[in-house]
Formats: sequence, C-alpha cells, structure tokens
Amino acid sequence: MTGERSGPDGGRSVGTYVGLGDWTPESLAVPGEVRAVVSAPHPVLSRAGGEVDPTAEETVRLAADLVATMRVSPGCVGLAAPQVGVGARVFAVDVTGHPKAVTVHGTFVLCNARVVEATRWRPGREGCMSVPDLTGDVKRASRLVVEGEVPGSGDRVRLVTDGFEARALQHEIDHCDGLLFLDRVAGAHAVYQRKVYL
Amino acid sequence: MNELAITVIGRDRPGIVADVAEVLALLGANLTDSTMTRLRGHFAMTLICTGPAAAEVEAALAPLAAEGQLLATVRAVTPDGEVAPVGEPYVMAVHGSDRMGIVAAMTRVLVDAGGNVTDLSTRLAGSLYVVLAEVELPAGVADTLTDRLHRTAAELGVEVTLRPADPDLL
Repeated sequence: MTGERSGPDGGRSVGTYVGLGDWTPESLAVPGEVRAVVSAPHPVLSRAGGEVDPTAEETVRLAADLVATMRVSPGCVGLAAPQVGVGARVFAVDVTGHPKAVTVHGTFVLCNARVVEATRWRPGREGCMSVPDLTGDVKRASRLVVEGEVPGSGDRVRLVTDGFEARALQHEIDHCDGLLFLDRVAGAHAVYQRKVYL
Repeated sequence: MNELAITVIGRDRPGIVADVAEVLALLGANLTDSTMTRLRGHFAMTLICTGPAAAEVEAALAPLAAEGQLLATVRAVTPDGEVAPVGEPYVMAVHGSDRMGIVAAMTRVLVDAGGNVTDLSTRLAGSLYVVLAEVELPAGVADTLTDRLHRTAAELGVEVTLRPADPDLL
C-alpha cells in the first residue's frame, strides 16, 4: 500500500501487542534484495497466496526482500508477496512517520496473517504500488486485531492496532487473498486518477 | 413545463461549463440533474433541464458548436418522474487486461438477473481496465448472480467482485 504524505509527522504511540516483542527485520539475519514490483493486470495479484512455513529459509529471504523493496519505494507503507510475484501469505508493513498513523508497530513482517476482529469502519483513500495510476475510496476497520506468525522464529503474534496501520494491514492481507483495493471501492465514482506520485 | 435532455462534448478547455451554463441561464433553463466530467481530454456534459423549448436551446448553443470545438445535442423528453428502485443496491467492480466487450458482457449478466445499472464508470490506466457499476438487484439474486459474473469474468480473463453498496448515511 502507498499513502500520500502531505503533512508533518503525527503523534505516535506504541500499540498493545502480544508476541511481536523486539522483533525487527534485523532478526531475519539475511540481507534483503530489492525485487521488481508487478502491476495489475497480473494473475499473481488475483490469486490467493499459499500458506507458508515461517521458519523456512525461503520465507525468511522473502521477508527480508519485502522489507528491502518497501524501504526503497517512496511512500510505500506495506508490500505483500504477490506484489513481488510470489503467491504466498507474507507481507511487510511500516507506517512509521505517516501523518495519519496513530498506533505504530514499526517495521514488521507477518506470515499467514488473518483478521480476527474488525470494528469501527471508516472510509479513506488508498493507493497501491501495483495499481500505480489510480487511487480509491475504501472502507476499512479502524480498530483491528490480526493474528499471524513472524518469519524466522515462527512465533505466533496477535497485533492490536488502529487507524492507518489497521488500514495498511487490511490492504496487505487482501493482497494475500488475491484482492486489490479496486475490489472494495465504495461506488462508481470512487476511483481517481493519481495526482501525486511519491 | 418542457423537459430537455442535453449533451455537450468537446476537447477540454477552461470555460466549457461556464459557457454552456450561461447560455442556459440566459434562456431561463433550469438545470436539474447533470454529470459533467473530463474523459481522456474530452469534456462531457449530460444534463436534464426544464424551461424553454428544445429548438430555442439548440439555437442558443449553436454559436458554441460553430467554433468546431463542441458538439451539442438537445432533445425534448417526457418527464417520467423518479424510477422506483428494483431492489437492493450493489457495487460491481471489474478489473483486468483491457480487451473488447468487457462492459457489454458483464452488464448483460446483470440485466439477465433483473438488475438495473444506475451508475457506471470505466477507466483505462495503462493496460489495466477498471469498470465500476452501481446496480440495483432484485432481492435474493446476488449469490447466483455472483457465480454467473465469475464465469463470465473468467471467460474474459478479468476479475469481478459484487458487494452490497454501503448503506451508511451521514
């Protein structure tokens, strides 16, 4: 997912979490490589990704690559495996410093993540590196509980978050389900030509 | 009261809306429902107005069209009043590689299920084609319609989702 940064950094707080602990991309202990991002229309973006073994070497490498690719992509606050051509349920998120973010968990990667609670639905504008020319209005839960596994250790985590980070998580989990924001836009006039490229 | 359906389309430039609306205002034509939007460099206006006779509006718009930049049509229509909704509002989203016949095939599936498209827009961004349709569906058809839409989408090599429209009112 890409966000449009238009103001100063908003207030940040550390969200409640169980299990993410002091996980950082450095825990992966492999250097990530930047991968090419695929754009729609592409079949890999429309297929549900497969479950992965979070402790497998290839999953760890994929996680590191997703972080590396996200970091070199301006405005990118999340990147899912299908976006780099891999049909797997793995994604990276980092909304640090985004003006619309409230709870921020820093940079993290989740495998086999699923939404377990979603409440307080709010509309908002979204972009996507795989749909570079369009943005759209999509309703997402602004209070969210997600469960998944971290790559490497395979530890199960339960993430409680809100606001923009919650939106980014839902957008990435959708990618793992083979869905784009275009599948959820609110109406016939809820897609817009992108005006600002980050 | 005369009711007129007017279309104006031409290469986009600043002032088209103001020029056309001014002509209509001077004739005492009252704009009711309209859409005015830019489509790939062309500006398209579709509007319903009440007041003067069609010939009078046509003559008044002629100078704008005479510059060769705008095409205007005016037609008297019968005021039918509001059309009662046929059922529940849904949004159909279709996206995939651009090819001939996507809108035709997908909307035909909607119509065959008794659906009525109330609003539709399409966008071509690179090779990505996106169709967004708001459609009213008779009660109870959504599930079987979703299956049919998926079959037709698979034949076209595109993706489709059908969701209930957001009923929230603020």
